[in-house]
Amino acid sequence: MTVKAMTASEVAKKVINNEPFFILDVRNGDAFADWKIEGGNIQYINTPYFDLLDGVEEVVSELPTDRDILVVCAKEGSSIMVAEMLSEEGVNVSYLSGGMKAWSEHLEPVKVGDLENGGELYQFVRIGKGCLSYMAISEGEAAVIDATRMADIFLDFAQEKGAVIKHVFDTHLHADHISGGRKIAEATGATYYLPPADAENVEFDYEKLVNGLEAVVGSTKVEALYSPGHTIGSTSFIVDNQFLMSGDILFIDSIGRPDLAGLAEDWVGDLRESLYSRFQELAEELTVLPAHFMIIEELNEDGSVAKKLSELFKENHGLNISDEQEFRDMVTKNLPPQPNAYEDIRKTNMGKITPDEEVQREMEIGPNRCAVR
Amino acid sequence: MNVDKVLDAKGLACPMPIVKTRKEMKGLESGQILEILVTDKGAKADLTAWAKSGGHDLLDHKEDGDVLKFWIQKG
Repeated sequence: MTVKAMTASEVAKKVINNEPFFILDVRNGDAFADWKIEGGNIQYINTPYFDLLDGVEEVVSELPTDRDILVVCAKEGSSIMVAEMLSEEGVNVSYLSGGMKAWSEHLEPVKVGDLENGGELYQFVRIGKGCLSYMAISEGEAAVIDATRMADIFLDFAQEKGAVIKHVFDTHLHADHISGGRKIAEATGATYYLPPADAENVEFDYEKLVNGLEAVVGSTKVEALYSPGHTIGSTSFIVDNQFLMSGDILFIDSIGRPDLAGLAEDWVGDLRESLYSRFQELAEELTVLPAHFMIIEELNEDGSVAKKLSELFKENHGLNISDEQEFRDMVTKNLPPQPNAYEDIRKTNMGKITPDEEVQREMEIGPNRCAVR
Repeated sequence: MNVDKVLDAKGLACPMPIVKTRKEMKGLESGQILEILVTDKGAKADLTAWAKSGGHDLLDHKEDGDVLKFWIQKG
């Protein structure tokens, strides 16, 4: 029996469709505990491949017979070995092609809406890591917001849609993933914008992303709204008067953490003001499109991550803490661990270091951890 | 350190560094030390976890350019 490869794209579709399947994760216990493929209908066992070298008999009895089985490891080599051993025992399994590295890099484009004067808005769901990027397309022009390192995916997508990328924005200097913004701008001649307050130490030229800036994309526009707190420069966008890209300030079921640049105490007041003053003044019908999701339950049925601002005002705990001290405590104390390699990721996004691709891939392994709940 | 055996696993991808380490280890006596050279970055966490689960001692490790060196004492 030969073992089948399953692509990250196929696994993503199973997760979005909430299909039942079983994962035998053969990475070491720490790697599994830190980060794994998440989904509402997935069962797991974690047995490191090096405990299976003498034979897989022990694990066979733990495998279900009523659902597909996927063997997962970091890069794929060990999962192929284990899948072949299982296959020799007569168990029908697949392995994840490219392993967790491919899972971390997979982007699933999902259309989130039509623009008023024609045009479309797409969300790129990086399902393995929880990062969300956007592309607004109107009359052959496009704007990209918070692009991930995999720049080619955005370049190819725009080309498929017959659009020229004119503007590339990052809502802030990211600490959890490496931005593809500069690369896309270089490849297309588009303008690359960064909030100047986040960009004091960057080593490249950029356009200043300031409050009130309006960028025209075909027959629609992208407007910048300064909303500091996750970083001091964090800026949100209102697109087509319908959509609010809230960056890492406001998520669906959580809010941004202010500590990833080491200044939690200084920025907590800004975070409070952005969420409790600036956003309160916006139209409640806006659809909030954040830069991350944290848990798979935040995905809508179509795989998108989006909710009306009015609903978030009602349901998001982080928007409903009237006591200011309680809010301060929540966002500065008992914070989750920081993202993997976040300091080197920030330096890479500033252009201070340029690690080769394999190292960049390694730096991004793990969940994003940009929120507090 | 008195190294009893050196395993050159440079250029090999997971799972081979562990597969080979395990094989070499079988030929050693308890208390003897194996030096392992690898270039696969993932080997660090895996060798550490493997040594622990097998009752061996990871005595030390060092990065020398692209090469990771490990010293494991058989338990």
